[in-house]
Amino acid sequence: MNCSEVRSLVHAHLDGELDLVRQVEIDDHVRQCEACQAIYESQRALSSALKTDGLYFTAPASLQRRVRAAVRSMAEPSRWWSRAFSPQRLALAGAAAIVIVAAIAGPIVSRRSHDDQIAQQVVSAHIRSLMASHLTDVLSSDQHTVKPWFAGKLDFSPPVVDLKDQGFPLVGGRLDYVENRPIAALAYRSGQHVINLFVWPSTSSADVGESFVGRQGYNALSWTRDRTNFWAVSDLNATELRQFAQLVQDRSSGG
Amino acid sequence: MPAGPFDQVVLPHLDAAYNLARWLTRSDADAEDVVQEACVRALRFFGGYRGDNARGWLLAIVRNSCYDFLRRHRPQELTDAFDEEIHTAVEDTQTPEALLLRRADRAMVRQALETLPLAWREVIILRELEGLSYTQIADVAGIKIGTVMSRLARARARLQQLLGSDATREVAR
Repeated sequence: MNCSEVRSLVHAHLDGELDLVRQVEIDDHVRQCEACQAIYESQRALSSALKTDGLYFTAPASLQRRVRAAVRSMAEPSRWWSRAFSPQRLALAGAAAIVIVAAIAGPIVSRRSHDDQIAQQVVSAHIRSLMASHLTDVLSSDQHTVKPWFAGKLDFSPPVVDLKDQGFPLVGGRLDYVENRPIAALAYRSGQHVINLFVWPSTSSADVGESFVGRQGYNALSWTRDRTNFWAVSDLNATELRQFAQLVQDRSSGG
Repeated sequence: MPAGPFDQVVLPHLDAAYNLARWLTRSDADAEDVVQEACVRALRFFGGYRGDNARGWLLAIVRNSCYDFLRRHRPQELTDAFDEEIHTAVEDTQTPEALLLRRADRAMVRQALETLPLAWREVIILRELEGLSYTQIADVAGIKIGTVMSRLARARARLQQLLGSDATREVAR
């Protein structure tokens, strides 16, 4: 190994990234070559200078308390839920009443409240994406950049279409979390309005037509097609959001 | 709160999270805010976590939160880093004088680290302070291994330059 090869591998050697054969070759060379030895030693000195105590910032105790509190307040709804419905607190009569009601109205109510719950979740996710300035993880108007970005991050590949020519340019994509699973969120713009399109696989093979809800001043439009759930959420008016949804459906089908 | 996966998987790496955020933001208060936001984000995405490297996973979220924070509050730091990367030659700084940096004390080392451009600082912190491998750094920072290596080399050359020359002055006095 000559000097320039050795010098190009000094870092990898000190970082323990080389195979044994090359490690030994470098050690041999460094032992015989003063110039390379000086470089090697100075890099090693730097590494050990960086490992001195006092450069590592440990989290203050107050931070641990803060994070705990923040995490706890996020977990609150489910805590309330589990407390209210814990066996200790539920009178047998109450449980029986629920069972009876569920048996009668179950199929309708559960479907409805399930959709309600998702609507709440996607609207919240939409608001959060605007609040935290965390609209996109991958910032690109190119559908061929955004789609592959999701590979390896999700167990499905969301259809990604750019609708720039139709007035809804793609801004990017990010991961979000809805219905207890990571999902794809695609961000589009329409003028100053942001549209979040949430996409995840459906558990049933049945297509479901468009359904519309308004919540907290936002409009949400959902449909299921080709075993995929779509939720478009925006502060756009209902007509334009429908137009957007129609375009997505036209362009996604078959692709 | 009962000890759930979050307590078991994320909280043990709170120091690593804080250390990275503190070095990237260079501020105690900002680092705390960023780590809190990152932990909340981590919880939201917890279902996306597959379980083999909790520290790397959390660090990636912290790193992204730091960049979001800087983009919002100090966007110039992100662009500075990029420009410097183009204009720095590596080879001519690798001189034996840098040996003198053994004399460098902690305060000088800390100061030198803080003056590094963001993109170099993060690879140095992940490598030297967190002890991550090149592959792990590439995952956390979302860059190629080749980029990890070239940034490390540039960052170290710059540190040698900063610490070597300061130490030289110290000795000449």
